[in-house]
Amino acid sequence: MTAIAAPRRRSRRRGDGRDAWLLVLPALIPVVLLSVYPLLQGILLGFTDSKAGLNQTVDFTGVENYTKLLGNDLFWSSFRIGLIWAFGVTILQVLASLGLALLLNLNLRLRWLARTLALVPWAMPPVVIAIMWRMMLNPTYGPVNETMRSLGLPGDINWLGDFSTALPAVIVVGVWAGMPQTTVTLLAGLQNVSADLHEAAAIDGAGTWQRFWHVTLPALRPVIFAITSLDLIWNFNSFALVFVLTAGGPGGKTMLPALFAYNEAFKYGNFGYAAAMGNVMVVVIAAFLFLYLRGQARSRES
Amino acid sequence: MTQTIAPPAPHRQVTRKVTEPPVRRMRTFTRPLQYLALLGYVVFLGFPLLFLLSTSLKTPQELQSGDLSFLPRQFNWANFGNAVEKANLAHAAGNSLLVATLTTVVVTLISLPAAYALARFRTKLRGVATIWILLSQVFPFILIVIPVFLVLKQVGLVNNPIGLVLVYTVWCLPFALWMLRGYVAAIPVDLEEAGAIDGAGRLRVLRSIVLPLLAPGLVATSMFTFISSWNEFFFALVLIQDPGLQTLPLTLARFFGAEGQVQLGQLAAASLIATIPSLVFFLLIQRRLTSGLMSGAVKG
Repeated sequence: MTAIAAPRRRSRRRGDGRDAWLLVLPALIPVVLLSVYPLLQGILLGFTDSKAGLNQTVDFTGVENYTKLLGNDLFWSSFRIGLIWAFGVTILQVLASLGLALLLNLNLRLRWLARTLALVPWAMPPVVIAIMWRMMLNPTYGPVNETMRSLGLPGDINWLGDFSTALPAVIVVGVWAGMPQTTVTLLAGLQNVSADLHEAAAIDGAGTWQRFWHVTLPALRPVIFAITSLDLIWNFNSFALVFVLTAGGPGGKTMLPALFAYNEAFKYGNFGYAAAMGNVMVVVIAAFLFLYLRGQARSRES
Repeated sequence: MTQTIAPPAPHRQVTRKVTEPPVRRMRTFTRPLQYLALLGYVVFLGFPLLFLLSTSLKTPQELQSGDLSFLPRQFNWANFGNAVEKANLAHAAGNSLLVATLTTVVVTLISLPAAYALARFRTKLRGVATIWILLSQVFPFILIVIPVFLVLKQVGLVNNPIGLVLVYTVWCLPFALWMLRGYVAAIPVDLEEAGAIDGAGRLRVLRSIVLPLLAPGLVATSMFTFISSWNEFFFALVLIQDPGLQTLPLTLARFFGAEGQVQLGQLAAASLIATIPSLVFFLLIQRRLTSGLMSGAVKG
């Protein structure tokens, strides 16, 4: 495709460049006004004492927000919860989705049912997912406790209200809600794994497990790596699900950093301080991604 | 797909003597285990949905009676009617519909030419756009929403559906561009060149050749945009305070906060009503959606 078009392109490159700009312009204007500009503004806000309300003067305060943040134990505990949540959900999600994708890739009966069900959470508003799971996990009428009772287990657990169970329960809901994207991506990756390689391995006497470990997994690695990074970012920044499930409770046990910063900005009106939290979140997530990317690149080289 | 599991038949015969015990054990144990695992997934993914449906069909008396049988005693559709009336659901659905439709139209109109340019012209724009699409995923909403809130407040678009449409447009654009660019790239350039050689002008080529071929991708992309804005919660929470302007997710969240167990059936019904439009769209486009995602990812 490129080879054929190349000579033509060279002869009219200048015109092409102008055309391209003209075509992109309608998209560019809103993006600059409502995405690039706010983003830069947001980063800058993190270095000011901006507050909500009319006629507030905004002063540049340098790193004051950050020294204040260093001493803010609540924020760091929320940060720790955010990391447990993001890594917990992402790891479980990728493992569960990998399992499901492998099953969907086989010629099993009722595959269509699982395939459709796996997509449904994607179409549901996060608010509805949260409402549904609040009902599921309700200590008195929720079917989860009901099932536990009928199995002879303690059936009066207040999943979302108890200090020790709230975060794990919320993580399970996060896995449920995020499985579609991961499953679909992994399934598409699986369908690109060469069948010839599998056959060759089978002829050489490799069992199912060995073929999975030595053929499927290496071929799937770029896909797994990409979706893990995306899941990690999405989960770390996720808001609506936990906001409706627990609003950060009980006692801040599920207070994700996004919720914490939201409260700081729109409950207490400290815009500058909240933006500073946002900046810290970006730096940390970028650091994790960088380490992950580098590790991935190194292991590919070796 | 099948050959990944079943080893070729000749192989089984050749190696039968040597490897029969392990192979047969694998065969007899693996299949049932696979079905068991699949069943596990179906229950985990499907049970909450069935529970929601069953709750929406129970009468308030049945829900309060402490009888927790899974199936409702009789199908009671009153919850749906009550939910629409009481929670002001129809009005909220109207707001959501307006915002989602406008967003979809705007996103489609501006992403279509941009996606074409990104797929067909090799300019610096392409690298810049890719970086922006990736970056837009990394930054937490909180960094963007405060300045957006301040900007929209200055021009009087807070508490205004148009403000929400603007924000959703920018928020949905990266993904729409990503998908559409993949669809454009999948159309052979040769077709366009053939059209040009036959004497069609640039616009004519776009209208008569590119657009018809792009139609399915365009439908998938716009539906995806519609669902994203229909479901969105965070920006609406920040930007809409007036109860009369609330979108469906906001109304549902408030409804849930305000009502106790008595209204459980109505709440479940309301949740289902909010899900149905996107669910229908989604099941319609599921195949196209996955292929679009992939073509966007694969074609450089």
